[in-house]
Amino acid sequence: MDLSSINPILLLASLMVAATPILIAALGELVVERAGVLNLGVEGMMITGAICGFAVAVETGSPMLGFLAAAAGGALLSCLFALLTQFALANQVASGLALTLFGLGLSSLMGQGYVGIKPPPTAKLDIPLLGDIPVLGPILFAHDVMVYVGLALVVAVWAFLKYTRGGLVLRAVGENHDAAHALGYKVVRVRVMAILFGGACAGLGGAYISLIRVPQWTEGMTAGAGWIALALVVFASWKAGRVLLGAYLFGGVTVLQLNLQAAGVDIPVEYLSMSPYLITILVLVIMSADRSRAPASLGRIFHASG
Amino acid sequence: MLRLEKRPQPSAFWSWLTPLIAVVVTMIAGGLLFGALGKPPIEAIRTIFWEPIFGEFSFYYRPQLLVKGAPLVLIAIGLSLGFRAGIWNIGAEGQYIIGAICGAAVGLAFYPTESWVIFPLMVLAGALGGWAWAMIPALLKVRFGTNEILVSLMLVYVAEQLLAAMALGPLKNPEGFGFPGSRNLQQYPSAHNAEIITGSGMHWGVVAALVAVIFAYILLNRHILGYHIRLTGQAPRAARFAGVRPRLLILFCLGASGALAGLAGMFEVSGPTGQISIDFNVGYGFTAIIVAFLGRLHPVGIMLAGLLMALTYIGGEIAQSNLGLPAAAIQLFQGMLLFFLLAVDVLTNYRVWLTSTEAA
Repeated sequence: MDLSSINPILLLASLMVAATPILIAALGELVVERAGVLNLGVEGMMITGAICGFAVAVETGSPMLGFLAAAAGGALLSCLFALLTQFALANQVASGLALTLFGLGLSSLMGQGYVGIKPPPTAKLDIPLLGDIPVLGPILFAHDVMVYVGLALVVAVWAFLKYTRGGLVLRAVGENHDAAHALGYKVVRVRVMAILFGGACAGLGGAYISLIRVPQWTEGMTAGAGWIALALVVFASWKAGRVLLGAYLFGGVTVLQLNLQAAGVDIPVEYLSMSPYLITILVLVIMSADRSRAPASLGRIFHASG
Repeated sequence: MLRLEKRPQPSAFWSWLTPLIAVVVTMIAGGLLFGALGKPPIEAIRTIFWEPIFGEFSFYYRPQLLVKGAPLVLIAIGLSLGFRAGIWNIGAEGQYIIGAICGAAVGLAFYPTESWVIFPLMVLAGALGGWAWAMIPALLKVRFGTNEILVSLMLVYVAEQLLAAMALGPLKNPEGFGFPGSRNLQQYPSAHNAEIITGSGMHWGVVAALVAVIFAYILLNRHILGYHIRLTGQAPRAARFAGVRPRLLILFCLGASGALAGLAGMFEVSGPTGQISIDFNVGYGFTAIIVAFLGRLHPVGIMLAGLLMALTYIGGEIAQSNLGLPAAAIQLFQGMLLFFLLAVDVLTNYRVWLTSTEAA
């Protein structure tokens, strides 16, 4: 075992990369849940986004087009969820599970021709001055553009929910859909838009895994990242800023255990690989003492004449 | 414009008809999907649903129906209890794996002693293993209010890693020339879950599944606990006034489904699969969720749905070898089934009226 082979600067830098997919997906789910909808299909939308993004990036040679396609793919899949829960008024837990099972099947079908291919590389931003700062430069300023998109999204979601009229309406719908309906807000329309946003974010997060993090396509490659993103929303008490904190915590655990594997710690690899999931459970236990922050209408079916 | 009017109570007529409609719609959509993949659609559907039962090699495939159906029914029966009460155990796959590991470990511990007590002990260990694994989300929910969906699901990934660790470590076959995987329990008579009648596919897991169906039926229809489960699902507030203890219900529902999933895993590893290996689990725990819903969370319905799902597995394999249909297409096909069921279910809970736009 050689712990000195772990470079703390590289560790922190790769932490940001490891955190980005769950950060983006969790932000999307945060908006969905603040609108009062529980979409358990994040895993399915992520993996669909992963293959959509991968396929388009490989075919066109442009990672950016890939990310666009991933967002579109995730949003398209979430349409099915919106259709089921908002129009057919189906149970949200069951519909979310259906979305995940469906997405896993769909992605492995779509991905058949793409196993073992390398995607076009995504350029790293080379910020002239900032990137040259010792220590901080490589940690903060030498990443691909999606890392910063993720960070910008944190600010955007936070500001949208806190300062805009749209955010206020969305929160009203999530807290009490009957009251919001009585005030003349279009509950179903707001929720459908939130679900689509959540789907697009999950798709982006998935594509980040297949295009940058790994980067290649394997079946079931998201390996529970969507579920961790769901846990993250609970961990964050439905607040955008705390999603960032949570994502970095999970990113840190993931990267650290990978580094420990590489350093040859005297623990079987399998036990180290369990750690992100176990930490998720631990954090859920700690955070679930306080349920008061959950949107009051979360998971409840809205039916106007009911 | 379509207008929905909530029924005072779900329609019994539609609640039995919707699964059938969902199956038919899935067949049509599946046919279109297979057509889009360049396979003959009708031929593909016929291969999946007809070939295993009535085709040329049905003597081989019919027993498979029981072999594949038994774990699905066992797991789905357990899940349905919780689903009825709004307790969502999504991690049956993990409990299935742990049941298999525990069952196999007990069997392998006795190797090569031959005795009739070994197999019953393995059954017990499998059930206990699955039960214990499900108790983790149950206790956390009861004690801390932690979301059981997320915890039980996270534990699937933990169980998969544990399975790999066991296949490569403690349970590895010492005479396996270094290959991963345990001894083959099929070659160890005392631990082998052999067919009860040769060639029928009927092993002890099938018997257990039938017993589970009967017990679940009695529990739900004739026992106060089953009544409490149904009451909690339909009217949680009323249930509390009726003296239902929600914590006890959580422990029971999760514990029972865990034990049944563990049993399914144990019967699988000691019978059809034979050994603990890295890729031992094939997603029965997740497919069982579809089975539970397709069977309307009703024991008899689940039995039928389990057989139908087993049919798609077997037919899917035939279509794979005969028509070159990708395995993922079958997975997608199964996923679609749940989708259509949930969509068609609107008819069970709502009356649908066609209204003119002016009136609305």
